[in-house]
Amino acid sequence: MTSHAAHLKEKAEKASLGFWLYLMTDIMVFASLFATYVILRNGTNGGPASQDIFNLEFVMVETFLLLVSSFTSGLAYLAVRRGLKRRALVLLGTTIALGIGFLTLELYEFGELILAGHGPAHSAFLSAFFTLVGTHGLHILIGIIWAIALGDYISKHGTSPDALRKFSLFVVFWHFLDLVWIFIFTIVYLLGIIS
Amino acid sequence: MKRFLNASLIPLGLGGFVLLMWLILRGVTIDVLMPSGKIAVEQLKLLYFTLALSLLVVVPVFTMLGLFAFRYREGRNNEYKPEWDGSTKLEVLWWGIPIVIIAVLSVVTWQTSHSLDPYRSIDSEKKALEVQVVALQWKWLFIYPEYNLATVNDLPLPVDRPVHFTLAADAPMSAFWIPSLGSQVYSMNGMSSELNLIANKVGEYDGYNTNINGEGYAKMNFKARVMPEVDFTSWTITAPEKADTAGKHMNEATYTTLAKPGLIKTPETYRLAAPDLYDTIVAKYMSHGGASNDASPKKHDMTNMDHNTNKNEEHTH
Amino acid sequence: MDWSWLIGRLSPEYLPKDPVTLGAAIGMPIAIIGILLAITYFKKWSYIWNEWVTTLDAKKIGIMYMGIAILMLLRGGADALMLRAQTALAQTGIELFNTQTFQEVFTAHGSIMIFFVGMGAMFGLINMALPLMLGARDVAYPFLNSVSFWLFFAGMVIINASLVFGGFSNGGWLGYPPLTGLEYNPGPGVDYWIWALQIAGIGSLLSGINFTVTILKNRAPGMTLMKMPIFAWSVLVAMVLVMLAFPVLTATLGMLALDRVAGMHFFTSDAGGNPMMYINLIWAWGHPEVYILVLPAFGIFSEIVATFARKRLFGYTTMVAALIAIMFLSFVVWQHHFFTMGAGANVNAFFGIMTMIIAIPTGVKLFNWIFTMYKGRTKFTAPMIWFMCFAVTFTIGGVTGVLMAVPALDFQVHNTMFLVAHFHNVIIGGVLFGYFAGIYYWWPKLFGFTLHDGLGKLSAYAWQVGFILAFIPLYILGLMGAARRINTYDDPSWVPLFIVSGVGVGVIGIGAGLMILSMVYSIWKRKKLADTTGDPWDGRTLEWSVPSPAPFYNFAITPTVTRRDEWWYRKKDGVAQPKREDYKDIELPKNTAEGVYIAIATGMIGFGFIWHIWWMVAVALIVVIAFVIRRSFNDDTEYTITADELYQLDRKARA
Repeated sequence: MTSHAAHLKEKAEKASLGFWLYLMTDIMVFASLFATYVILRNGTNGGPASQDIFNLEFVMVETFLLLVSSFTSGLAYLAVRRGLKRRALVLLGTTIALGIGFLTLELYEFGELILAGHGPAHSAFLSAFFTLVGTHGLHILIGIIWAIALGDYISKHGTSPDALRKFSLFVVFWHFLDLVWIFIFTIVYLLGIIS
Repeated sequence: MKRFLNASLIPLGLGGFVLLMWLILRGVTIDVLMPSGKIAVEQLKLLYFTLALSLLVVVPVFTMLGLFAFRYREGRNNEYKPEWDGSTKLEVLWWGIPIVIIAVLSVVTWQTSHSLDPYRSIDSEKKALEVQVVALQWKWLFIYPEYNLATVNDLPLPVDRPVHFTLAADAPMSAFWIPSLGSQVYSMNGMSSELNLIANKVGEYDGYNTNINGEGYAKMNFKARVMPEVDFTSWTITAPEKADTAGKHMNEATYTTLAKPGLIKTPETYRLAAPDLYDTIVAKYMSHGGASNDASPKKHDMTNMDHNTNKNEEHTH
Repeated sequence: MDWSWLIGRLSPEYLPKDPVTLGAAIGMPIAIIGILLAITYFKKWSYIWNEWVTTLDAKKIGIMYMGIAILMLLRGGADALMLRAQTALAQTGIELFNTQTFQEVFTAHGSIMIFFVGMGAMFGLINMALPLMLGARDVAYPFLNSVSFWLFFAGMVIINASLVFGGFSNGGWLGYPPLTGLEYNPGPGVDYWIWALQIAGIGSLLSGINFTVTILKNRAPGMTLMKMPIFAWSVLVAMVLVMLAFPVLTATLGMLALDRVAGMHFFTSDAGGNPMMYINLIWAWGHPEVYILVLPAFGIFSEIVATFARKRLFGYTTMVAALIAIMFLSFVVWQHHFFTMGAGANVNAFFGIMTMIIAIPTGVKLFNWIFTMYKGRTKFTAPMIWFMCFAVTFTIGGVTGVLMAVPALDFQVHNTMFLVAHFHNVIIGGVLFGYFAGIYYWWPKLFGFTLHDGLGKLSAYAWQVGFILAFIPLYILGLMGAARRINTYDDPSWVPLFIVSGVGVGVIGIGAGLMILSMVYSIWKRKKLADTTGDPWDGRTLEWSVPSPAPFYNFAITPTVTRRDEWWYRKKDGVAQPKREDYKDIELPKNTAEGVYIAIATGMIGFGFIWHIWWMVAVALIVVIAFVIRRSFNDDTEYTITADELYQLDRKARA
């Protein structure tokens, strides 16, 4: 291995380690928001409580979209690895579309609540709900923008090792958001409806 | 000679400083060190005990620091062992000594955290005096529910009788503190804190707010006037009458005016015309809690859990 | 015509009114314009842009951090002087400034000292010394390093801009709601506080990741974790704390900001909000934060004591163990900041005992330093004097800390001048003295000449004497009943103590002046004080193996490490001259201004939120995203120095 190649490999390793550490800090952000949500969920200010506003079937569709998108992003990564540029782009496009679908549903849910007068300023519970779920949604939005940029890069530069490295970070990020969503699904929606 | 001068400057300077402090502090009251109530006395004892325990580490540290710095400085040519970098025996020693000291202190901490818990009522043959405290921007409202009295920035108390304070705020978080009597406690919106104190000496003691709650914060002081039981009883009888003559009644309207941000010039005494004023003030911030839940969200806070459970236990016994 | 869509709530009513603020508000822009004109006059723009603003060299970024930190130390120090002058004069009827301004000034003092002096100096020293100590060419992510610095800079600009326009928060450095909520504080002051801290805090968070990876991945071959200089260990532990604690700050400030701009109810008293939750959250960050600041200072002292005692550090393994113990414990003590909130005796006792337990590893470190001096040959240079002052001051602070850790005792001293004295005791005595020692110690490596030792010592003495005068009276005042943050009081017996304290702050000011003087004088006499060997202290670690000032590539040949104190033993074994074939091509990051642009845009996001200029927030956000994408998809960020060029450069540097 030439020193240049070694240098690149080393850089890739550092990027990957750093990205995992970044995800750890992000977990801390979400942990703070989850803790806040759990503490404030009964502060409904006479407004709706969790069981009054959550629609589990709706959330199941959201969850389904996100899980499938996670799957397609993984397939896209494999395609990049095997050098199948077209296939990678199609799968990445699917991932983006599913992500946008998820985000649309989330915005629809938010919009309905706000129109019904149950916006985030109504009660501590709604503040915490909108902020926790919205922060996840913001991450999804960033992921979508990232995926678009990534698609642009691959269509220009092909499935180079650089592309694979960049793609691997994105896939980790996207899976991570999936994981966070599972927690939101359980703690916010599922437990919210049960209680 | 120069070195001698340098070294002697330290004790000289320290001596001068101690002298200066002594001159400043002659005949001055240092409230925490000159307590007038049982709680504050216990706390002072605890202060001296902890300090003494700390000195067990501090004295050897300072001695060795000075001694080694002096003995092993450059040019003294004392023994030099540049490779010597560890000794299990020594390290066990200085992990061990602090561990023992902290262990002792932990036991004391555990005991005093309970015995001097502000929520713990004080053992006495006399029934505790109930005082409700409300922090406002920027004055203290004291309510004596048993005597239908309310005062502002003036806290008459009987000597040698326990006092049970319940505290709340209709202002940003504030803190209630009479250093001569002991323990301060925060007063907050929408919930009641508790504080048990006793005054064992007749006198007038300063009380403060120690938590910033806006512009007038530094001037949010009051006087705790500790008087013999007879004087206090006669105050509880005459004060409402005087308030009546002056037309001073603590009702919703008076309270609303009083609660507006601002300072008051002189302490006031009112007849309490709204007996559940304190509960109204606390409830003001609580009424928005969960519709379907028995507990206010605030009670879910972990730091407050302990007392709520304690209280529940008391109820069941 | 309504211009609020364009300028938000900016309006002339927010211009400063009282004379002190007005003076500062006029003086600051004039000074900045003067500096800019001077740069133009001396035609230094391209030098500043190419060599500093766009640099990705950790050493230069470190110097810039340090420059800002020193500047902010003067600003925060001036604040302190005014605060104590006010309390000394309180009973004469002279009001230096009104209560609102007084409260803004102590909030600014605290926020600036922690975020822009403490954190700034810490990252400055880490940037300067850490890669060199690890035998590394640079940090793991040089570009991210530049982003972090410029975010820090943007936060600094925001906090100082409040002086000129809009005023600052009056809620204290941790800004407890509901006082800092909309209900009691609708103006822009609290928003300035939030966004200055938020932006600088995100910069710190990124640095935390950066330095952690640097330590884990950029060490010289052969340098196992247990062969690292202890400073690297202290930084590693501190950076792990940064990564765990700062996200909590980001989330908490974010929620407070949402309460304020979107009318939410996280920390309001009504609608189900919970202000106590804020206090818990902010201290879940705040307590680790003080260890983030002090642990690197411990690391610096460990290096300095071993270097000047010319002896191996005593108990390296236990030092590492102590650091790690402190790291874990620092997360289970936060409740001790509010024993008086009415938690039960069990909760209070638990957190009190946990707090005391931290005294054990800290005490162990002290013993280890003392025994490093035992049977050594200690040379008392300025850094060593700082250590001696630290050992005395910090120990006293530790004792008062243990006193306050006993809940039943804390009830009598919490939120008083006693508390103020205690944390200054540990933060000045621990953190600042440590960083000052670091400045004197590493200065020659950065600039190629040592700082005047005599002036450095004088500065340390002045700080120490000033410290005693300023803070011992505060301990006593606390016991007399003086609450913190008061600008006025009734008791005449407090006056002399406040006067002594004010004089003490003045003496500290002289100490700071002497420090600046030692720098100016040394720059002037730099020929005479030149460090020609690269190793002025007879050092032990790798940074002293390269010439001073350290070249931009740090090490021409990456060193291989076989033991602790590698450089000390190499000198004993005899250093071999490198041969031509030992040199290899190296790749270094190209300069870039993208970090600056990202920080400017982030600053504008903050500014937009403070003044409710929503279009600015949107535009700046897009700019940030665009630059991040552009950078992360740019594969051409490095350039190569060939072995030949490197050989020539190295020969020149060593000549």
